[in-house]
Amino acid sequence: MEITNLKAWEMKDKLFNKELSSREIIEAHLKKIEEKEPQINAFISLNKDNALKEANRIDEKIARGERLEVLAGLPVGIKDNIVTKNLRTTCASRMLENFIPPYDATVIENIKRKDGIVIGKTNLDEFAMGASTETSYFGPTKNPVNTGVVPGGSSGGSAAAVAANEVPIALGSDTGGSVRQPASYCGVVGLKPTYGVVSRYGVVSMANTLDQVGTFGRDVRDAVLMLNAVKGYDRRDSTSSKKVIPDFLIDKDNYNDLKYLKDIKVALPKEYVELKSSNKDIQDLFEKSVKIFEDNGAKIEYISLPHLKYALETYYIIMTSEVSSNLARFDGIRYGHRAEKYDTITELYTNSRTEGFGEEVKRRIMTGTYSLSAGYAEEHYKKALKVRTLIKEDYDRAFANHDVILSLVSPILPFGFDSMIKDPVEMYKADLYTVPINVAGLCSISLPMGRVDGLPVGLQITGDRFMEEKIIKAALGYERAVL
Amino acid sequence: MAFKTIVGLEIHVELSTKHKMFCNCPNEYGAEANTQTCPICLGLPGALPVVDKEAVEYAIRAGIAFNCEISNVIRMDRKNYFYPDLTKGYQISQADLPLCDGGYVEIELEEGTKKISLNRIHIEEDTGKQTHTDEGLSLLDFNRCGVPLIEIVSNPDMNSAEEARLFLDNLKDTLKYIGVSDVRMEEGSLRCDVNINIVDKERGLKSNISEIKNLNSFKAVVKAIEFEEKRHKDLLEAGDNSEKETRRWDETKGETVLMRKKFGASDYRFAFDGDIPPVDVSDEWIEEIRKSLPELPHHKKERFMNSYGLSSYDAGVLTQSKELSLFFEEILKYIDDPNLVSNWIMGDVLRRLKENEQEIEDIKIASKDLADLIILVRDGKINNNTGKKVLREMFDTGKTPDLIVKEQGLVQISDEGALSGIIEEVLNNNEQSIIDFKNGKDRAIGFLVGQIMKASKGKANPQVVNKLLMEEINKR
Repeated sequence: MEITNLKAWEMKDKLFNKELSSREIIEAHLKKIEEKEPQINAFISLNKDNALKEANRIDEKIARGERLEVLAGLPVGIKDNIVTKNLRTTCASRMLENFIPPYDATVIENIKRKDGIVIGKTNLDEFAMGASTETSYFGPTKNPVNTGVVPGGSSGGSAAAVAANEVPIALGSDTGGSVRQPASYCGVVGLKPTYGVVSRYGVVSMANTLDQVGTFGRDVRDAVLMLNAVKGYDRRDSTSSKKVIPDFLIDKDNYNDLKYLKDIKVALPKEYVELKSSNKDIQDLFEKSVKIFEDNGAKIEYISLPHLKYALETYYIIMTSEVSSNLARFDGIRYGHRAEKYDTITELYTNSRTEGFGEEVKRRIMTGTYSLSAGYAEEHYKKALKVRTLIKEDYDRAFANHDVILSLVSPILPFGFDSMIKDPVEMYKADLYTVPINVAGLCSISLPMGRVDGLPVGLQITGDRFMEEKIIKAALGYERAVL
Repeated sequence: MAFKTIVGLEIHVELSTKHKMFCNCPNEYGAEANTQTCPICLGLPGALPVVDKEAVEYAIRAGIAFNCEISNVIRMDRKNYFYPDLTKGYQISQADLPLCDGGYVEIELEEGTKKISLNRIHIEEDTGKQTHTDEGLSLLDFNRCGVPLIEIVSNPDMNSAEEARLFLDNLKDTLKYIGVSDVRMEEGSLRCDVNINIVDKERGLKSNISEIKNLNSFKAVVKAIEFEEKRHKDLLEAGDNSEKETRRWDETKGETVLMRKKFGASDYRFAFDGDIPPVDVSDEWIEEIRKSLPELPHHKKERFMNSYGLSSYDAGVLTQSKELSLFFEEILKYIDDPNLVSNWIMGDVLRRLKENEQEIEDIKIASKDLADLIILVRDGKINNNTGKKVLREMFDTGKTPDLIVKEQGLVQISDEGALSGIIEEVLNNNEQSIIDFKNGKDRAIGFLVGQIMKASKGKANPQVVNKLLMEEINKR
């Protein structure tokens, strides 16, 4: 038995049955990481010694017959924009190359409380800005399916680590598709919960009204297991929801049941149908997936989301505006990179930020500063907020009569290195399927529906706010159907 | 020429809440640098703000006390700018929708009451503190960073330095009354900026507005306004319109100094702070806070005038601080003579406090003890001068007047038998004075009374002494 091939829930069962020890699980994954990292580069920092110590602690707990929590003994990969106490948190930026946080994010506290083990910090596009993990200061991550293409981004490190069996489950963050798109490109499951379901306390803000922590697993059940461990109201995050969301139950009896597809009302936005993917094979795969839903008793209907055509522009104005403000704290004064040469305070700021930030980050800060400036805010930022409301209302209408919306995650296949980064606008456009979900604060899951040219392609199932259960059930049903 | 001065004030007041505005750090002045900080107020990556309810309540209290319209929703915005004492690159403040809108403060002028209207009161967080060393280093202390502030913005309704002073006095008294701030300018818990310009009515000209910063006392505010009045007038008279400027007050030079010229408004790129969802402020909550407010100084002053028959001046002084007014009313429980009690407090008590550089809060004397002292004097048990001496002793030791009188044997001698012996002796030793008096020198009597008081160690009852002395002199 190759331990690292197991799903998290399988490992957990074996741990509970004492077929495996936590030490064995962690050691197997550390070995896998050692073996894979030279090709994949999914991790920025490893937490080897602590992870082994934690594993021993769990094993002692088992020996004493103490109650184990849901993540007991499981290694977890953490996107490196989530702060970890005493463990370097870089955001894949030179700016935070040596930043060691004095506190844990709420999600990290939750993982530790649930007996999970943080094994390392995964690679990302710098400050989560990008869709390929190429903008990382620590070098790009390679797609484990085919190291000639990108793993997607910005949570490319977490997606790749899960796909390469370096960890069974991982956390990412999703501001405009940064969990779902890399999940799609790496052939794993990526779940972006409703805005407010997971605390953002300790998650380094990129665009704080869009950011949400998401989870990765090699199947739906694992992604949900990870979500169950980290979700919940947090009084330290005023935007986290007070709604008590029960654990999304996935026990063996109802696991992967086709009946979940029966009678659910599925909506297909006309706007996406008209748009289509320019890749006919991707389009065929999607239509096949819709057929699977239909064949299993789902009711398919076409709907219209009239303001969808403005979603991309709306997203980019709001996101960059928030970026420009959220990244202002990185000024070289209290922590992070400080330029060696400066004569005035303005030079200290300018030189530190010029040296500390990469191109994409600078591009977004500048764009956002412009959108918020007096004289432009009215026609950019403030107008975008109004359109955001219209987009939300489109979805409200859609979900009044439907359970889920099906779409592609990305209209294109994982691309080669350096091919898109030269044309950021082209890369931005590929986000059209994922960004509206963040603009409206909905929940959405990306799961594999097959391969084209040997590369994974994902299906996106979107639900209304706090309707995680619906998308999870639909995803479980679909997963069963394509098994 | 008919010049008119136009003054508007912006006042930042630190609220004396237990915690900072967005984190649980203690809100205390004077701790060792950077010991009252956490990831939130230090603006560490990932940290998020959570609004302190007490800070909001304090701000609403101020809004009610200054007659503002209280908003039913709190919306926080980010004011984006770079400064070393600002940890996040933005200050959490309020832009278009302040918590308190409008309002006014009343000031008493010789010609009557004047309403100074307010533009708004909004809540925001304080920044850290920067100090520059002689070696050219800049040191940063973030203890103050994130302390809740209210910014009170007046309309340009004041027309003199005196009006500004009265406005600030009233503002300060009220803030202290309602318990939302210590209003200690020397600790920076109240900071004031002045906006001033001058209108030449005859020629229809006006000078451009100067903003004066760095004013750390009310005296400095007054002096700065007076200085600027003259500077603007001189400029207008010289046909110069002056420029829109930010200036600072230089205490040692006694003048304002140019900091920078203003070219257009600064662009703070205000935007809604998405980390803080709007907070609802219900009418019930506002009403609850309104009910919990103590009687405000101007209401109390009126009541003191009406119920106790005090003069406007006395009532004003007695209600200036809540503690003083409470002390006064406590004493009235034991002695029902408001004017007599007012005279004692307005005179000796306040004088002694001033000499000792104390506030009424620091006084050691219990209200009942002061009442007892006033009664001792009123009833002639001790004379007025002895009363003052006893009061001094009470200030220093906190002993009761009865104990002091007993310990020092200060009970007034009113017994004619006892006194006539002393009088006789004094007259025998000062025959020249008797002659002087009989020759029409009235002053001689004063001298003789003084000698008698001295001989009685101050205990003689002056009225009895006067009566007996005249009788004795007439006999001679």
